[in-house]
Amino acid sequence: MTAKDLLPIAIFAILAALLPVFVTAGTWLNFAVFTLILCLAAQGWNILGGYGGQYSFGHAAFFGTGAYVAAILQTRLGINPYPGFLAGIAAAAVIGWIIGFLSFRSGLRGSYFALVTLAFAEVFRVLANAAEFTGGAAGLLIKLDVRPENFQFASRGVFFWVALGLVTVVLVITRALERSRLGAQLVAVRENEDAARALGVDVFRVKLSAITLSAGITGAAGALYAQYFLYLDSSIAYGTWISVEALLAPIIGGAGTVFGPVIGGIILHSLSEFTKSLVGRIPGVDLVIFGVLLILVVRFPPRDIPGVIRAWRKR
Amino acid sequence: MSFLEVQAVSKRFGGLLAVSDASFTVAEGSITGLIGPNGAGKTTLFAIVSGFEAPNTGEIRWRGERITGRPPHLLAKAGIARTFQIVQPFAGLSVRENIAVGAFLRHPKRAEAIAVAEEVAARVGLTEELDKPAAALTVSGRKRVELAKALATQPKLLLLDEVLAGLNPSEVRDIVPVVRAIRDSGITVLMIEHVMQAVMNLCETVHVLAQGRIIASGTPAEVVADSAVIEAYLGHGAATRLSGGAHA
Amino acid sequence: MRAFPLEIVLESVANGLLTGAVYGLVALGLTLVYGVLHIINFAHGALLTLAMYAAWVAWSAFGLDPYLAILPLVPIFFALGYAVQRFVIGPASRGDDSNILLVTLGLSIVVENAMLAVFRSDTLSVQVPYAMEVIEVGPMLLSFPRVIGFGVAFVVAAVLFVILTLTDTGRAIRAVAKERTGAALVGIDVNHVYAVTFGIGAACLAVAACLLLPSFYVNPRVGNAFVLVAFTIVVLGGMGSVPGALLGGLVIGVVESLSGLYFGDSLGQLGIFVIFILVLLFRPTGLFGAKA
Repeated sequence: MTAKDLLPIAIFAILAALLPVFVTAGTWLNFAVFTLILCLAAQGWNILGGYGGQYSFGHAAFFGTGAYVAAILQTRLGINPYPGFLAGIAAAAVIGWIIGFLSFRSGLRGSYFALVTLAFAEVFRVLANAAEFTGGAAGLLIKLDVRPENFQFASRGVFFWVALGLVTVVLVITRALERSRLGAQLVAVRENEDAARALGVDVFRVKLSAITLSAGITGAAGALYAQYFLYLDSSIAYGTWISVEALLAPIIGGAGTVFGPVIGGIILHSLSEFTKSLVGRIPGVDLVIFGVLLILVVRFPPRDIPGVIRAWRKR
Repeated sequence: MSFLEVQAVSKRFGGLLAVSDASFTVAEGSITGLIGPNGAGKTTLFAIVSGFEAPNTGEIRWRGERITGRPPHLLAKAGIARTFQIVQPFAGLSVRENIAVGAFLRHPKRAEAIAVAEEVAARVGLTEELDKPAAALTVSGRKRVELAKALATQPKLLLLDEVLAGLNPSEVRDIVPVVRAIRDSGITVLMIEHVMQAVMNLCETVHVLAQGRIIASGTPAEVVADSAVIEAYLGHGAATRLSGGAHA
Repeated sequence: MRAFPLEIVLESVANGLLTGAVYGLVALGLTLVYGVLHIINFAHGALLTLAMYAAWVAWSAFGLDPYLAILPLVPIFFALGYAVQRFVIGPASRGDDSNILLVTLGLSIVVENAMLAVFRSDTLSVQVPYAMEVIEVGPMLLSFPRVIGFGVAFVVAAVLFVILTLTDTGRAIRAVAKERTGAALVGIDVNHVYAVTFGIGAACLAVAACLLLPSFYVNPRVGNAFVLVAFTIVVLGGMGSVPGALLGGLVIGVVESLSGLYFGDSLGQLGIFVIFILVLLFRPTGLFGAKA
């Protein structure tokens, strides 16, 4: 990695970090923090789905595990939230490794991989909803105790910086991955598994590394979510919504690119806020737009847009 | 101890015996040809040697070591690289990145891998195309990328599956010296080829596969004169009709 | 695990079989689409939700009995399915598998949330006089709507079988399923056949929706509950196999019913997901039969 590689990330981080200085309205910062958390989840998906071409429909399994582990460690065992946060990431990564091991060992690809990840996430949701130590259907409340050493801040701005810090770290990790052997091999696996294998790529190991890293990052988003909202239940943590959010943002913003998930996440949530201001709080309308956008992006890939415009102008 | 030894290999797909009790050897430093009519089992045999298929019986020995059924990525690491008859580019990547995937096998650092990729590109005549997406190349360009990716793994044995197929005569003339230069740099080459002119030109030894069996082995001149070979290609009785003028 | 008297267990099995037949019907559409188009239709659950709302509207606005609603809804959903494949999924996916995955996911998001926007998240149901009626079979009491559902599901499967084996359209569908290039070469309009197949799958859903409504409820997420079940049935019964879908439906119905009896309703679902995962993980060769 060179300074040139890091420059755009630094510019983004510095500009974004100024936001709380100018925007102090609680609702706006709230929106910004929530968007960053979902960007982080999407950055995780992007590693496996964007770079590796393995489309998971069940990243909720990792988000939820990160969230529950971080929350349970402090509420049930009284462990300080910072190590709890790291434990949440580690637990999500382990779950990712296990799901990856089972799925990739069985050679599941494409739609089958999507289905199996979806089912795993559902299994976790049902279990979390039934088990006692997760708070069952009633959910889990983290005690309000606003102290920085307790990972709770009086100002939303501080949380914004924490979230931004994590997003930035993952931007750097993603850029480093792009420049590494693992990254090159992962992209090769996405483009053509057999060709990659012939060139000495251990496809199984590469996919497994990718899903572990991917799950850890999305787990960090979950743990941060728990820490910010101080409440969890099974349909928040392991719900389909987060699997869909994690996948939509990179696909719309550019899968397999460093900034794709962040751009996509910001587009989606701005669009969603904009719709709400337009039609009021009718539930579902924003997601209808997301769905249409997804279909359009697949139909007209953004990288083709310059070509399409040129062809259209020539007519 | 031979460099590569294929011993009594058979492979069955359902009711079809694709390779039947095939044995042959490849000498170190040679360019060895594997020829035969369409459907003879050449590509299957390649898939077995490169680890993409496991044989039902028989074994493969590589410098004395048994490598039967070892997965492709470990064989690549051991020094056996292959190309595919139907080229398999990483379509979304540039030519440089395509070749670098191979180079990364022995060069974990990106800068080194890219340097190796560029050097290999120069050897096969792709320097001009390095920044183009692989999908944008001509047939001949794609064949060169296929060759370059395999070369970038720095193999000891290179398996070429019809790298000349689909090229026009002048493109064939351009690639023949490239293959020879590869061998001269110390890489043993085993090639499946249909373009006989190139086989005659390049190979020291040729094995002829027909209906899954090795029916003849020898120098190119010897096998094209072999009546069994002529009949395998042209049908029963062909050998007697052609009186010696062997040019397939 | 508690021990239950035999008649309770038997009744649970019987109810499982009855529900399972309707599951089979839902899976039938999915497996047919897979068998012919080789795509996994993630929008299947959302289309079922849509059909259930359609049946509910037919009842609440026009007073149409859900069973009678089958008659108008089948052609409507056939046309809808045809159009969706022909004008949305087909062109948008441009033949790429992961695109199909995303397009059908996009469709399901659109349909599901459009229902949410229109009907809100309230759970709706129909009140029909026979909803609570039971039929006595030996020692067992079987719910009337479920018995009807069971019967109709088999009738639909039989009709489908006749269509596929005896009509020209059916032969074209099977030809495309077996060998799409060959079928195209002999002059079959492959895109038309794809759309017809998708239409038939949607029509199956319309029937299933009408059968479910009297004994079930509808909300925007109801299709999700069925879609994973349907996927499970399809992989269990063999991707693309019509009898496999029905048989798989029955098996899953019984599994769900029994695990609900022994482990309670919430963990009962778990049995299905676990079967699903195990089948996917450990019988992949059976699943990939058609694909390399």
